[in-house]
Amino acid sequence: MTISRRTFLIVGAVTAASVALPPFISAQASAANAARPNKATVKIWINGEQRDLDLDTRTTLLDALRENLQLTGTKKGCDHGQCGACTVIANGRRINSCLTLAVMHEGSKITTIEGLGTPQKLHPMQAAFIKHDGYQCGYCTPGQICSAVAVLGEIRDGIPSHASPSLTEPPKLIASEIQERMSGNICRCGAYSNIIEAISEVAEASA
Amino acid sequence: MRPFTYLRAKSPAEAAALAAQVSDSRFIAGGTNLLDLMKLEIETPTHLIDVNGVGLDRIEATPEGGLRIGALVRNTDLAADPRVRKDYGLLSRALLAGASGQLRNVATTAGNLLQRTRCPYFYDTHQACNKRQPGSGCAAIDGFSRPLGIIGVSKACIATHPSDMAVAMRALDAQVETVKPDGSTRVIPLADLHRLPGTTPNLETTLSAHELITAVTLPAPIGGVHIYQKVRDRASYAFALVSVGAIIQQDGSGRVALGGVAHKPWRVESAESAMAQGAKALTEQLLAGATPTHENAFKLTLVERTLASVMAQARDHA
Repeated sequence: MTISRRTFLIVGAVTAASVALPPFISAQASAANAARPNKATVKIWINGEQRDLDLDTRTTLLDALRENLQLTGTKKGCDHGQCGACTVIANGRRINSCLTLAVMHEGSKITTIEGLGTPQKLHPMQAAFIKHDGYQCGYCTPGQICSAVAVLGEIRDGIPSHASPSLTEPPKLIASEIQERMSGNICRCGAYSNIIEAISEVAEASA
Repeated sequence: MRPFTYLRAKSPAEAAALAAQVSDSRFIAGGTNLLDLMKLEIETPTHLIDVNGVGLDRIEATPEGGLRIGALVRNTDLAADPRVRKDYGLLSRALLAGASGQLRNVATTAGNLLQRTRCPYFYDTHQACNKRQPGSGCAAIDGFSRPLGIIGVSKACIATHPSDMAVAMRALDAQVETVKPDGSTRVIPLADLHRLPGTTPNLETTLSAHELITAVTLPAPIGGVHIYQKVRDRASYAFALVSVGAIIQQDGSGRVALGGVAHKPWRVESAESAMAQGAKALTEQLLAGATPTHENAFKLTLVERTLASVMAQARDHA
């Protein structure tokens, strides 16, 4: 289909009776939509601070954090949801920030590694990773720590896992539960045993 | 990723109506599979309709004694729901066997059903794939076919449906509720949602263009022992080589559906009477007419052994 700008549909306001597209979207011109970047605005709460972003609709939450907001603690590993290096906490839940668009997070409350603690005031999970040597190269560590903090919350909230022996009993704060729940965070240095020790120590301290 | 325009829909009917107005539009909910495929330019929508704000995020009791699961209920919430854990344990277990905690927190019920195959040749845009590019051929059949389908496959495609959740829902006789762009609604048995590949593996479901899944309903609980056993190459966060979802009653009768073997959750109701005769007889009937490749013929044995394991667990539990 050959498309010119003149073929764009200009439509009025959305009414209850008929569903209409806003004027920046062409009804017929799918090729035109794809021909140039499309901008959108979104307000997101990042580590307790409201940030107004004006970005390409394609921007993932991960790229918005790193490239637009210079919060480079969150890492890009595989960029396909397989490694967990990009894990952040959105509205209390850990997610892969690479597999979600920034524009889908209007009003979301995001916590990144920068929001958990600072070098002067470490989060207990950060302190435990240091104490137990829960890393070697450190690239997966921000994601591991965000994931670990959320994992302890999930167990406390009674959310079952594949490792839970019973679906009706509350899950326990034990190593087998933590291992299963951390399977979405890959560490190619292989610091897993120390990571489990670090998380277990925080779990015991908070139990 | 190709550029696209983006809109948030306020209701399911509005979402379907908006989708019908732009060719190449897609609904986006969790996005965990769609965005992965858009980055690889396997999916190239020019317009996304965000359905996260349309409601559909609750699990409600139905008048028939079952549950209506909103299309947007996240996998974590569905697996953790007390009613699901108590009466539909198979569904909780299947969900918890899938993906990672991060993905389950985002992935939705409808998105899980509509996720696309993880066949490595579908994902590799340099390879022939009739599903990705109709008419280009299938590089999988004579390639690395170890993880792929053994039954209901065709000369055009041997991809599998990757969902664990759908296997449980198939055994539970789930139904899918939808809305179309004209506002009309319908109910589709889950058994009829996914197609076999045939000569058109690019057509994966019986949904019409821009038809939106609004809910999945489960009939009233049927009791029994609920078991989901998944066999995979690593202990967590991997797709199934073979999985068995079963509900087995005290008298030894039951239902069983298989994952990892076909283009859809594989259930053959007429085979289930063979359960009393043991795993071998049941497997022979469930997989009658299977056409595995040299690389995945092991799945025939693996299904039988996994069924035997599940049936032994059910006996121990009874």
